[in-house]
Amino acid sequence: MSLTKTERTIVLSMWSKVSTQADSIGTETLERLFTSYPQTKTYFPHFDLHPGSAQLRAHGSKVVAAVGEAVKHIDNISGALAKLSELHAYILRVDPVNFKLLSHCLLVTLAARFPVDFTAEAHSAWDKFLSIVSSVLTEKYR
Amino acid sequence: MVHMTDAEKKLVTTMWGKLDVDAAGAETLGRVLVVYPWTQRFFGHFGDLSSACAVMDNPKVQAHGKKVLHSLGDGLKHLDDLKHFYAALSELHCDKLHVDPENFRLLGNVLVCVMSRHLGAEFTPQVQAAYQKVVAGVANALAHKYH
Repeated sequence: MSLTKTERTIVLSMWSKVSTQADSIGTETLERLFTSYPQTKTYFPHFDLHPGSAQLRAHGSKVVAAVGEAVKHIDNISGALAKLSELHAYILRVDPVNFKLLSHCLLVTLAARFPVDFTAEAHSAWDKFLSIVSSVLTEKYR
Repeated sequence: MVHMTDAEKKLVTTMWGKLDVDAAGAETLGRVLVVYPWTQRFFGHFGDLSSACAVMDNPKVQAHGKKVLHSLGDGLKHLDDLKHFYAALSELHCDKLHVDPENFRLLGNVLVCVMSRHLGAEFTPQVQAAYQKVVAGVANALAHKYH
């Protein structure tokens, strides 16, 4: 699965808006994840997960920054996220199902914040893009 | 059976009241067909589905999307009894329509995205969580009679 030229353009164009609110989008995405899917909190026993927590904000920023890296290197997401891929495979070992949950929560956040830009085509392009990112992050699992 | 608090059920009803159910229904089904194009396999008789625009503007898609969402809306009054409420529809989807229940999960999540788009900041993490329970419950209820 790879993005068409049109899909790439759509992702890049939405990203330019996302990047201006990157940190709060990251935080909101994680809040949605932990609220809708409480089982995902099992990966963060060492975190204060209350809304507004500094750790939540920092981690949200990290996650969106990684998405940004993938956007920046949209023609070579595998290369751009190689280190993160190893981290997830050997250290974090987050069950693959959770990438779908996180991706969904990011889409919900984008929909809430960019109702006009989040057209059916943008929804499709971003769902596909996040699906590719998720595959890259789990490709070394076994 | 969905395990929801009274507060969650109230949130669900309140938010549903703010939705243009016809528009949201049309948009939800349209987006399912665009984002997950393999779902078009059930709608060969709907006419032009050749592009995102064609899908979203397709009158059959819009009409069917409305139907689906109104049915979901009816289910909101039976959150303690979804399996019973959707028993006949479940049999229909299995025996006549031959729909893989995975499609109910896809539609549920697209509905959550559409509600988020329509309601914006009001679609808080708590509202989303309540609706994730609803769509999961409805999907399970629709799959319950499969054999």
